[in-house]
Amino acid sequence: MIQKAFSRRVFEIFNVVFMICLSIVMLYPFIFVLSASLSGNAYVAAGQVTLLPKGFNLRAYEAVLGYKVVWRAYGNTILYTVVGTAVNLIITMLGAYPLSRPDFYGKNVFTFFIAVTMIFSGGLIPNFLVVRGLGLYNSMWALILPGALSTMNMIIMRTFFQGIPDALEEAATIDGCSDMQILVKIILPLSIPSIMTIGMFYAVGHWNSWFSAMIYLQDSQKYPLQLVLRSIVLQNQVNDLLSAQAGTTIEESTNLIAETIKYAVIMVAVIPILCVYPFIQKYFVKGTMVGSIKG
Amino acid sequence: MPANKTSPSLAAAAPAPSKGSSVLRKLKKSSLLYIMFLPVIVYYIVFHYAPMVGIVIAFKDYNAFKGIWASPWVGLKHFEAFFTTPYFWRLLRNTFLISFYGLIFGFPAPIILALLLNELKDGKFKKVTQTISYLPHFVSSVVIASMLVQFLSPGNGMINNLIEALGGTRTYFLNDPRYFRTIYTLMNIWKGVGWGSIIYLAALTGIDSELYEACIIDGGGRLRQTWHITLPGIANTIVIMLIFRVGDLLSVGSDMILLLYNPAIYKTSDVISTYVYRRGLVEADYSFSTAVGLFNSIIALILLTTTNQIAKKYSDTSLW
Repeated sequence: MIQKAFSRRVFEIFNVVFMICLSIVMLYPFIFVLSASLSGNAYVAAGQVTLLPKGFNLRAYEAVLGYKVVWRAYGNTILYTVVGTAVNLIITMLGAYPLSRPDFYGKNVFTFFIAVTMIFSGGLIPNFLVVRGLGLYNSMWALILPGALSTMNMIIMRTFFQGIPDALEEAATIDGCSDMQILVKIILPLSIPSIMTIGMFYAVGHWNSWFSAMIYLQDSQKYPLQLVLRSIVLQNQVNDLLSAQAGTTIEESTNLIAETIKYAVIMVAVIPILCVYPFIQKYFVKGTMVGSIKG
Repeated sequence: MPANKTSPSLAAAAPAPSKGSSVLRKLKKSSLLYIMFLPVIVYYIVFHYAPMVGIVIAFKDYNAFKGIWASPWVGLKHFEAFFTTPYFWRLLRNTFLISFYGLIFGFPAPIILALLLNELKDGKFKKVTQTISYLPHFVSSVVIASMLVQFLSPGNGMINNLIEALGGTRTYFLNDPRYFRTIYTLMNIWKGVGWGSIIYLAALTGIDSELYEACIIDGGGRLRQTWHITLPGIANTIVIMLIFRVGDLLSVGSDMILLLYNPAIYKTSDVISTYVYRRGLVEADYSFSTAVGLFNSIIALILLTTTNQIAKKYSDTSLW
């Protein structure tokens, strides 16, 4: 018995140590990027930064925030996220509400019509040709309309709507409310938490997306933040971006911060997510659970 | 709450329920619901059904000037061309191996994490660990790829610094075909393990605690409890997730690979979806790449149906 208690204790200690290691593995990359972005370029280039910044300075951030390209990309990302999420929420509610109503005649037909698209899809090229055929190429709507509705999110929202007691709707019908009034005056106010949950699903998706922007946007003025990050860090175009801005002595000045600037750009792109994620993650977890139980 | 104020005059105005109401009546009753639903139907037709119809270009020589319908039919020409490219087997092997490694190493990881989290006594510590483990799920692929490229950089990346400090030699990992699959698999585990554990943790909370008490009375230790109660308790969830995973064995997304690969490592990193992207959108070979994409979806569909059938036969769990 004593031995059992002992081995149990050993396991528990091992488990806690394992969890601490796991947390370090998850967090360390971000801490490193932050420290490197705040360090002197020479220390980063020599690989001397491990945990805390060495030769602390803000030159990389000054440079990044001095780029018009970065500001414009930030503005674009915010625009696409706000407009995209608004469109997403409207369409998702318009779909979820009728499907949540027991008296929606033909519901099964529509459900089948939607379910088919979860199994079959046109694929990359036919989708691209449709978007181009609609004249959306090189327009912000190419990033918003093709993904205006996520079937999964609509199902989750329908489940939330179904959770509202029918008695409320019946009473409102007796009071002479139309379907639209029921939606606006009863369902929506009662569903604000769930609408926010779904809204955050969509918003994080827009913030992080880059592929549609890459294939649909030709004009680099319209690039969102993620694409600019990609060209600076993954395609090594720091100098191109800088020289596009002013003209003189840029070569030397970028070389002085060539490494730290990449870390600073990564930081600039990820900071909003790092700031909001601790608060929104619990909504995500809740939404995921609803989705997985239903789906 | 306005709903509670029932006024008789308004109630009388509401349509009286009639026996055997006709289809027309039902349609009329929910007419507003149809108007609401109309944009949704339009969305599905334009952005889901129209591309499905567009698949016909896989059997044609699509020409942008002639349009889809006037382009000439060519039968299975593009499929034959794909089967005979020197890349066919390479693409198939890479796609399969990348998701197979994901299945072998990536699939059990969240289950193990969920089981270990479940053993933690301190609720606060558990909560904090969980929240931290979700972090990579919220970070964009571009940020993750950027960090990875920086860390693995042969010049001053921290991983190479560590290797050198331990007496090894610097390696250009992302330019060496031997390392790509390992890097990709590890990165996916890092990104997905915390988030993936949610569903198993949810299943774990559904297990009846009386079962554990009964097992303790019977003298079962922790290991035996895990083996005889915990694992069977989440077996259904595991089977369903496994069906999805096996069904996806030949669908590897292009998102992360496009950000990480380069021609020097196509040998191990080029998968069907990245090939479709390159041939289709970079080289504008629309018909050919649609055919490749269609081939991939058909295989994926067959795989999913087959796994589902097998699961149905040998256990009582299936998707449909």
